[in-house]
Amino acid sequence: MPKLTIDGKEIEVEAGTNLIEAARRLGIEVPHYCYHPGLSIAGQCRLCMVDIEKAPRPTIACNTTAGDGMVVHTDTERVRDTRRSIMEFHLINHPLDCPVCDQAGECWLQIYYMKHGLYDPRMVDEKVHKPKAVPLGPHVMLDAERCILCSRCVRFCDEITGTGELGIFHRGDHSEIGLFPGRDLENNYSANVVDICPVGALTDRDFRFQVRVWYLDTTKSICTGCARGCNVDVHVNRRRPHHAEGRRVARLKPRFNAEVNAWWLCDIGRYHFDFVDAATRLTAPVRRNPGGPADVTWDEAVAGVADALRRYPPEQVAVLASPQMANEDLIALRRVLETRGIREVAFDVPPTALAKDDDFLLRADRTPNRRGATLIGLGGDAGGLMAAARSGRIKCLWVFHHDLLAAGWPAAEVSRALGRIETVIFTGTNANATSERAHWVLPAAAWVEREGTFTNFEGRVQRFRTALEPLGQALPEWELLGRVLVGLGGTAAGRRAEHWFRELTGAVDAFAGMSYQSLGDLGRLVAGATASGLPTPPGQRASAHA
Amino acid sequence: MAEIVLMRNFGRQDSHTLAGYRATGGYGGWEKARTMEPAAITEEVKKSNLRGLGGAGFPTGTKWSFIPKNHAGPVYLVVNADEGEPGTFKDRYLLERDPHALIEGMLITARAIRCALGFVYIRGEYVQPWRLFSAAVKEAYDAGLLGHGFDIVVHRGAGAYICGEETGLLSSLEGKKGWPKIKPPFPAIKGAFGQPTIVNNVETLACVPPIITRGAEWFAALGTKTQGGTRMYSVSGRVPKPGVYEASVAITLRSLIHDLAGGVSGSGRLKAVVPGGGSAAILTADEIDIPMDVDGLKNAGSMIGSAGVIVMDESVSIPEALMVLARFYAHESCGQCTPCRESTGWIYKQVHRIVEGHGRKDDLDTILDVAKRGGGTTICAFYDGAIGPYISYIEKFRSEFEALCRS
Repeated sequence: MPKLTIDGKEIEVEAGTNLIEAARRLGIEVPHYCYHPGLSIAGQCRLCMVDIEKAPRPTIACNTTAGDGMVVHTDTERVRDTRRSIMEFHLINHPLDCPVCDQAGECWLQIYYMKHGLYDPRMVDEKVHKPKAVPLGPHVMLDAERCILCSRCVRFCDEITGTGELGIFHRGDHSEIGLFPGRDLENNYSANVVDICPVGALTDRDFRFQVRVWYLDTTKSICTGCARGCNVDVHVNRRRPHHAEGRRVARLKPRFNAEVNAWWLCDIGRYHFDFVDAATRLTAPVRRNPGGPADVTWDEAVAGVADALRRYPPEQVAVLASPQMANEDLIALRRVLETRGIREVAFDVPPTALAKDDDFLLRADRTPNRRGATLIGLGGDAGGLMAAARSGRIKCLWVFHHDLLAAGWPAAEVSRALGRIETVIFTGTNANATSERAHWVLPAAAWVEREGTFTNFEGRVQRFRTALEPLGQALPEWELLGRVLVGLGGTAAGRRAEHWFRELTGAVDAFAGMSYQSLGDLGRLVAGATASGLPTPPGQRASAHA
Repeated sequence: MAEIVLMRNFGRQDSHTLAGYRATGGYGGWEKARTMEPAAITEEVKKSNLRGLGGAGFPTGTKWSFIPKNHAGPVYLVVNADEGEPGTFKDRYLLERDPHALIEGMLITARAIRCALGFVYIRGEYVQPWRLFSAAVKEAYDAGLLGHGFDIVVHRGAGAYICGEETGLLSSLEGKKGWPKIKPPFPAIKGAFGQPTIVNNVETLACVPPIITRGAEWFAALGTKTQGGTRMYSVSGRVPKPGVYEASVAITLRSLIHDLAGGVSGSGRLKAVVPGGGSAAILTADEIDIPMDVDGLKNAGSMIGSAGVIVMDESVSIPEALMVLARFYAHESCGQCTPCRESTGWIYKQVHRIVEGHGRKDDLDTILDVAKRGGGTTICAFYDGAIGPYISYIEKFRSEFEALCRS
């Protein structure tokens, strides 16, 4: 392990560590554009120059491996001067259109100019003009004039997705990023190039012109698009509600977790948040009488549901839970079921079409918590449950999230079954054909409106936090279930998600010993689970180069 | 007059044929070398003080010795025939008039570095050199010189100056965009297709057979203390007899212009000389009493580069000459590294504006400052080459530029 000195501080790093990473460990930031820890070294932007003792001139830190006894200075006059020069070169042909650029506020040209540039502009000649507002694919827009040609996006498509849609065309200051003929940037990871683009060259077509980034708040969360549980940051716009047509969730951004998703997030997961601010959101408890639906108070709804659960003998009550529910919700549900001795429970409602794994992060299972629902013991025979409903044995059915009329069952049969059930209770975030048939509708808070944990496919329990207030009167499911439990004469574990998680760790061995604190930002595996780690990116598999 | 080594066969009508080459003792070096130990060949070339004649002037034998000793996979020899340095046209003559000298040089070199496959990367615009060299390769195969332990692949470039930079050439050869590669690793460790590779210039390898035939001492004695042999000077511009001249590396620039190229034409009064191709710093009329070896030019603040000598008489406008060169560098920058990509274009715009009569005196200081700041900050030597002219043309002929400026 080489030991080196950076700005007077000694540090020992693993062999092969470059100087940018070595300095980062000491809290020293070496400015850079083209270097990205997930991609190969390009050495093009020339911004990461540092002084190494005995070297005649500043050296790029990205391509310099830490050596034993190396003495590095990141802040000499010569280094500062070089950075200023490189910043000037980066900006002479840049349009400086920050006021209309979506990247403004999180642009590394702005950040580094303020930190390392601050020269007097000398460029008086006409800048080079290049294509603007070029759609590269369904999610990404290119402004070639803003591009600093760091080649991160090109390397991403070569080395991570292995799809190779992008290249750098032409030469000199006419160089520009572009698509190879006949190609579109439409792989399932395309929007990651927006994340790694250090400037405003690549912007997200879904996000652009919606809201300025400095109005956004960031919350750590977990993607609910599939069973992998990619770590994300939820960016929400609370401060400018009139922007983005009332859309509160502005975007999801991948959050680094080496074991789960590294720096990446698939497009299916990234854009899986439309439902949060959709017009179909359920915002108030509803009771549907023969005369039609009517809003009721939570107290009335809870009393009504508790009364229904009490009124029918347990064998006439069935519950279809959902792998969309968090661990906390599921344990609360289990307590409700136990209180009444209800046995007819399942969560595995078949989808209309089987989804497939993609070749990297996305799992065929497009739900975030199937493993959790299984471990908590809510698995059962959903088909048998529906058959029992059709036969008339089930008089009361509580459905969480599913639209049974749009599932992999014949809709006519489901409709007939629902018709025979006296009391249908629906809990979910959004209205669907099943909620329209429900006698009681209890609106649930979306995952970004509450906290909780999901257990991913390999058994990793990961926390997600509250980014927003629930819409209308919606409640986290653990809370509404807790109220129903109290209504049934039971005792709720508490008034916070964490209390229910504690309840879970006491009740289910796989979760024993865990706490919100110990989960931290990276999550923990349930007992007996083995981590499979990050899959090898398609672009790095042997076959990609065959 | 020094001995003629490289151009010895140029006078023969059949100099490009195997028969013509053999008639003057061709392939004698290879016959001798195949009985020598590889290390002994490298040692001989080291002793000859042969230095790379493509531009960088690196000692050739030393370069060969960088090949890892115990490498299990293939080792490649790549010949840089992408002659593109402004004012340079000597490799073209060798490829057209003595192609077998290169093939023989490659055979000997391949033995020295234990290489079974050589590539010759020929500049795309060099159609006739490519035809004649390819014909010579066919002859060599037919005669059994090639194909028995050593093969040659002839590859044509597609018209980019940067593909003459050795790692840009390797990228292009590999089928990629001709972007120079980040170093380290150097090509001798990890070059073409990831294997140890030696990249040598055409003329450099043409020197190898005579070194083996006649000995390192003889070759070293032709030159100076630090550089052996003769070399081919491409002389162009305002001289009565432009062309390629072979002379010792010790010849002075004055002698080259006056004794070989016939003096100065045009006004007859010398103004400036570019001694080593477009990327060499310009010399004024009173700076030409210097030896033309690597160190002689270095001491004069310029470089011998590819030995492309461009002579300018009093009637030549230095700002216009710089504008032409600046346009070349802006056009040919590969665009990979920021300083080069951005400032070659910027400097061209400024020089162009000055020549058009819209310059400001500030522009000159800006150009000098930009050029000096960008130097040494890039992956390859392209930009360091470009700043040679930017800085020297303005510093040595500043009044000429200022006369064009408005304020």
